[in-house]
Amino acid sequence: MKSPQLLLGIILTGFVLTITFVSFFWTPWDPIGINVEDRLLPPNLSHWFGTDRLGRDLFSQIMVGSQNTLFVALISTIVGAVLGTSLGLAAAGSGPRWGAVITRISDIGIALPSILIALVLATTLGPGRLSVIIAISFWFVPVTARVVVGPARQILALDFVEAAMTHGRSRRYILFRQVLPNIAPIVIVQTSMMFAAGILIEASLSFLGVGAQPPTTSWGKILMDSQPLVQQAPYYTILPGAFIVISVLGFNLIGDGLSVLLDPQQSKKGVV
Amino acid sequence: MLEINNLRISIAGKTLVEIDHLSATPGERLGLVGESGSGKTLTVLSILGLLPEMMDVEGSITFAGQELLGKSDKELAKIRGRDIAMVFQDPSRSLNPTMKIGRQIGESLRLHTDLSKSDIKQKVIELMHGVQLQDPEKLVTRYPHELSGGQQQRVMIAMAISCKPSLLIADEPTTALDVTVQQEILKLLLRLSNESNMGVIFVSHNLGVVQAVSERIAVMHNGEIVELGPTSQIIDSPTVAYTKALIGANPSIPNEQELSRLLGTRFPTSRGE
Repeated sequence: MKSPQLLLGIILTGFVLTITFVSFFWTPWDPIGINVEDRLLPPNLSHWFGTDRLGRDLFSQIMVGSQNTLFVALISTIVGAVLGTSLGLAAAGSGPRWGAVITRISDIGIALPSILIALVLATTLGPGRLSVIIAISFWFVPVTARVVVGPARQILALDFVEAAMTHGRSRRYILFRQVLPNIAPIVIVQTSMMFAAGILIEASLSFLGVGAQPPTTSWGKILMDSQPLVQQAPYYTILPGAFIVISVLGFNLIGDGLSVLLDPQQSKKGVV
Repeated sequence: MLEINNLRISIAGKTLVEIDHLSATPGERLGLVGESGSGKTLTVLSILGLLPEMMDVEGSITFAGQELLGKSDKELAKIRGRDIAMVFQDPSRSLNPTMKIGRQIGESLRLHTDLSKSDIKQKVIELMHGVQLQDPEKLVTRYPHELSGGQQQRVMIAMAISCKPSLLIADEPTTALDVTVQQEILKLLLRLSNESNMGVIFVSHNLGVVQAVSERIAVMHNGEIVELGPTSQIIDSPTVAYTKALIGANPSIPNEQELSRLLGTRFPTSRGE
């Protein structure tokens, strides 16, 4: 294995994804089955992660909560990667004037914190998944555009792009068929980093109460519920927090590992 | 076939190239020589309409009766690759590193013809045979970095001639290659030009290269054509001092006399000779 980070990243995310996948079919307990007598039980043999303030099984909650967290991260990453890459390519391919306009607009998008956007959207659209996805994408699109535009400009300045133009190729064809494959490693790495960031932002927003609304649960929301009880039942905070850490770390490690692996300067076999 | 009249390329009011008249007949091989910065490449790029946006072009460039200057990008795209094609200096940078050779050669065919996929495949193999690439069936699935410099330039030439252009612009086609390969590539270009009556504009700073392949030579200096005429006339009886200097600068293996003239007294070496 060339890159130990990549391997560790795959193991961590594999673990999280397996748990999410299983949660669609099976959870050890009913995740919303309230049992007030058993509330705030510490981890034991029947409730592996203990129970929450309403006596619900914490492990089942974490399992089901991962669905919402990963779904939001996935959708906003796809939106960010597709729109952001297209926007970045457009900025690189259009003349200096339009390029500057797109770049400046991206800067504004980057400067606005996504938590602020989410709070504004939550008051207008109402809190929930959609607001969170829009808020995260609103940040991801310009960030990706900004990451893509520089390398894309570099590729555009290379001889084979001019050669493609002498063959009569259109600008759009050149951007998507000549430039995009050459910056693919950057986009791939950026995508896995965004996924990690998406998980983190979703958790923060749910923690603030803007994200998942009951009965939907999410890791951030479990954290919010546990917050007043942190002294009484520390496992209630630590365990869902650990899952956030594992998945964010996992996707970041994958991003790191891929960036090493896909770097033509470091790998002898060349790109892709 | 190609006629350039009163061409003026400028940037922010500063003139870079000024050509009163330059023409090429069908099938003619025209050499364009001059030092770096003399405007050779700008001139040929202006034919294809590929000058950087900040440069202004005036005058007229007609090709096969149509005016090229002022044509839209879309109209030019139809001419590029089909009627006028170009081969670049450094083949290792002129090929897309992420696209397989076969696909790259088929690019122009896919764009400019209605050939089916299998026909294009067939044609690509033929083209590769035509530029004397060994084992084309194997090479089509390779990436550019797996080929040698000479092979890469052959691929570039195959791409350029795929649509049987009537004019091929070769911008320093051999400069990045080593000497033995240079000669093979020049021979190949000559043969291709003869076979299909394809006009070629050879651009080079190396008079030796241009002399070997062109029927007429235009000498450029400071953005202007200072001398134009049949190759033998330019080489044997140059009239302009700059041309004479260019001929003098043409590298050949110096004999003992020349060496001592160039080096003067020899410097003492560490061995005390």
